[in-house]
Amino acid sequence: MNITLKVNGQSRTVDVPADMPLLWVLRDELDMKGTKFGCGANECGACTVHVNGAPVRSCRRRASTLDGVEVTTIEGLSPDGTHALQRAWDELDVPQCGYCQAGQIMAAAALLERIPKPTDADIDAALNRNICRCATYLRIKQGIHRAAELMAAPTPSAPERG
Amino acid sequence: MTNSTLPVSRRSFLRVSAIAGGGMLLASVFEPLDAVEALVGDGGRFGATPAADDPRLSAYISITPDGVVTIMGKNPEIGQGIKTMLPMLIADELDVAWSQVRVEQADLDPKNFPGQSAGGSNATPSNWLPMRRVGAAARAMLVGAAAAQWKVPASECTTSAGVVHHTASNRSLAYGALATAAASITPPDLATVPLKDPKDFTIIGQRVRGVDNHKIVTGQPLFGIDVTVPGMHYASFVKCPVFGGKVASANVEAIAAMPGITHAFVVEGGDDLGGLMGGVAIVGDSWWKVQTARKSLKVQWNEGATASQSRVGYAAQAKAFFAAEPQRMLREDGDVKAAMQSAAKTVEAEYEYPFVAHAPLEPQNCTAHYTDGKLEIWAPAQLPERGRAQTAQTLGMQPDDITVHITRSGGGFGRRLYNDFMVEAGWIAKETGVPVKLLWKREDDMQHDLYRPGGFHKFSAGLDANGALVAFADHFATFGEGERFASSADLGPTEFPARFVPSLSLGVSVMPLGVPTGAMRAPRSNALSYAFMGFLDECAHAAGKDTVEFLRGVLNNMQPQAPATGRQAQGLDAERTLGVLNLVAEKSGWSRRASLPRGTGMGVAFYYSHRGYFAEVAQVTVSKAGAVKVDKVWVAGDIGSQIINPSGAEQQVQGSVLDGIGQALSQEITIQAGRVKQSNFDDYPLLRHGQSAPVEVHWNIADNAPTGVGEPALPPVVPAVTNAIFAATGKRVRSLPLSKHDLSW
Repeated sequence: MNITLKVNGQSRTVDVPADMPLLWVLRDELDMKGTKFGCGANECGACTVHVNGAPVRSCRRRASTLDGVEVTTIEGLSPDGTHALQRAWDELDVPQCGYCQAGQIMAAAALLERIPKPTDADIDAALNRNICRCATYLRIKQGIHRAAELMAAPTPSAPERG
Repeated sequence: MTNSTLPVSRRSFLRVSAIAGGGMLLASVFEPLDAVEALVGDGGRFGATPAADDPRLSAYISITPDGVVTIMGKNPEIGQGIKTMLPMLIADELDVAWSQVRVEQADLDPKNFPGQSAGGSNATPSNWLPMRRVGAAARAMLVGAAAAQWKVPASECTTSAGVVHHTASNRSLAYGALATAAASITPPDLATVPLKDPKDFTIIGQRVRGVDNHKIVTGQPLFGIDVTVPGMHYASFVKCPVFGGKVASANVEAIAAMPGITHAFVVEGGDDLGGLMGGVAIVGDSWWKVQTARKSLKVQWNEGATASQSRVGYAAQAKAFFAAEPQRMLREDGDVKAAMQSAAKTVEAEYEYPFVAHAPLEPQNCTAHYTDGKLEIWAPAQLPERGRAQTAQTLGMQPDDITVHITRSGGGFGRRLYNDFMVEAGWIAKETGVPVKLLWKREDDMQHDLYRPGGFHKFSAGLDANGALVAFADHFATFGEGERFASSADLGPTEFPARFVPSLSLGVSVMPLGVPTGAMRAPRSNALSYAFMGFLDECAHAAGKDTVEFLRGVLNNMQPQAPATGRQAQGLDAERTLGVLNLVAEKSGWSRRASLPRGTGMGVAFYYSHRGYFAEVAQVTVSKAGAVKVDKVWVAGDIGSQIINPSGAEQQVQGSVLDGIGQALSQEITIQAGRVKQSNFDDYPLLRHGQSAPVEVHWNIADNAPTGVGEPALPPVVPAVTNAIFAATGKRVRSLPLSKHDLSW
């Protein structure tokens, strides 16, 4: 079926099976590889994107429900990779393998929209279904706190290195 | 403990050639690292050691006139930080600013790059000197070029941040301006090229951020799963749920006729459980359509002999083994029976641990294209060279006709040491002739891993009147055949407390296993640590001693016996072990643990693996209802004289510790009727944010050359947690995972 949706501000039309998940529309039809496949079962959160502003597991969101929606992926979180979370992630060297981080960042971005200064408990609650197999959880928490700081004072204070 | 500095025992040399557009390409050649290959842990699966007379290139540096230094990262990046770390070694000795450096991933190129592998925590010890020498040699050539231009002795020139200086004449030239001339300078001998004094390091020892961080946080394609080639098709490969089963019949014609499907065919497969197994390949123009077609696939399987195996059967066999003497002894010191009889007190316990899956978050995948007798492969592989050899053999090709592009891996943990996915992709590409991306479902990965094997231990120990350990025996019921252990199901003759108890025996009995097993992060050690350090904690309690004190006593009682021979001839060094044990006791406030409330306890354990020494204390709170929460873990590690990248090293330790906690809490692969019961993260839970705990990392800096840190921090945390649960509740956990136990109090 033909679906027209807005991805990162651009209108896109795809002809896909009605049950094709958004994840595969993004990855294989639109060639946007930032959103990751981990489980296909709504368990790991690697495929998290925003649909109409809310965090959604794209591996379980069928194409037939996407006509007219607005999708934001990691590629569109900021025009140039300077969202506070992206800056904080680099500054604190959060990734290990990096595979889950797009999903972590998208979930964290939705959290910061809701709660600009989240506590550790807020983070655990909001991101508990975003698995990091490398277990970078400690730095993800630090990264979210740092991003909250950066958003409160938008001039980056981190020294440039590496 | 030997110092793991690797001598350059034969003359090493450099080759240089000018590159188009000016600049210099530097490549070095040095000894194949036979010793390191042997240390990888499982000789059978890690490929042949290169011939001793086969000198290999080790690294490339190119410098363009604008001063940009491009360094090839030769090893596969699986999250261990090697793509950042190896270039740091080169860049520091090259004496450039890190901001000048760009890093590119090298393809598989064993003629030019030695040891392109990610395994065994080997990259640090095997590259610490060679990569620095590559950098130092290039620096010497740049200095030589400047000296020639200025007509001054090279010895009067100095360098800093990518610039050569001649102080006496107040002249300077940037590397970019010298690179073309430097390319014609005779390279120095790598064996004798001077290296920096560690106090002069400018990059090594700094917290350097991952070179791919920006690409990761902006979602650029990096991983194997992200590869796209023109005309690419997508594939699924459906294997028998029972390991080793073959296809009797399948409705492939019907599948091939489904929407979007271009090919569906049966693969006969072989008998190597880590190679091409029997199954059905489905290929189509979209992965989702392939999955849809897969739902209609009907296969009649010949399940084979493994269908009769199960966890229950393994446990029953272990029980039968324990009723008799071990099949064979790995070690017998003193007279264990007599020492047990004369001991003031004896302790006995049986321990069991389950099979565990690697479950890297990026499912197995590989992209392959076969044309005109040549195969091109894009693979997230830890051992790409071995994968190429295996693929060549399976497809009846020459390795030189296969090109392998190494992609970033979404986690490895040992899973991608095995190249079954590469062989499958190669086979399907050759059969179909179209470029194809093979991508496994999560369920495929969970049910077709090469698992960390389960195991069973029957321990006994004797204590003298002072509570000292005078006798120790383990009967290990494990998997294998005759004298051969299944992969990672082994025990070595120097397993602690061997060498530290006057009367000690290590015996084994093996049962056959049809389930593939393999190396998983700190293979063997990740399981043995739990059983041995858990039982030693029991011994300490039986002796009425603080466990730290008890372990110190054992470590201070090294026996004068001749060292054992074999792969694990090098047991732990007592002094380095005591160093980390004492440090973690101090940092964790171990002596204050008596003040913790009921339901909260501390446990301690140490372990030596992959040349690293780690001691860890876990503080755990168990609710009255039995819910386990790890409050905090303190870590003391000794990985030699230099923490090369403190940011990465701390990450590896924290990740390893949390990985171990996740395993202990809830991970178990259950074999039933020759197949795996679990299928996804709902029934095989990975650690989540809310289960994470602070991990405080301390380093004991030793004189030894730096060693790797991807693995050795994992093993001690499992017994530290179970020992803490005993301290908190009085309940001794003698089998894993914890989720199977009622820990209420």
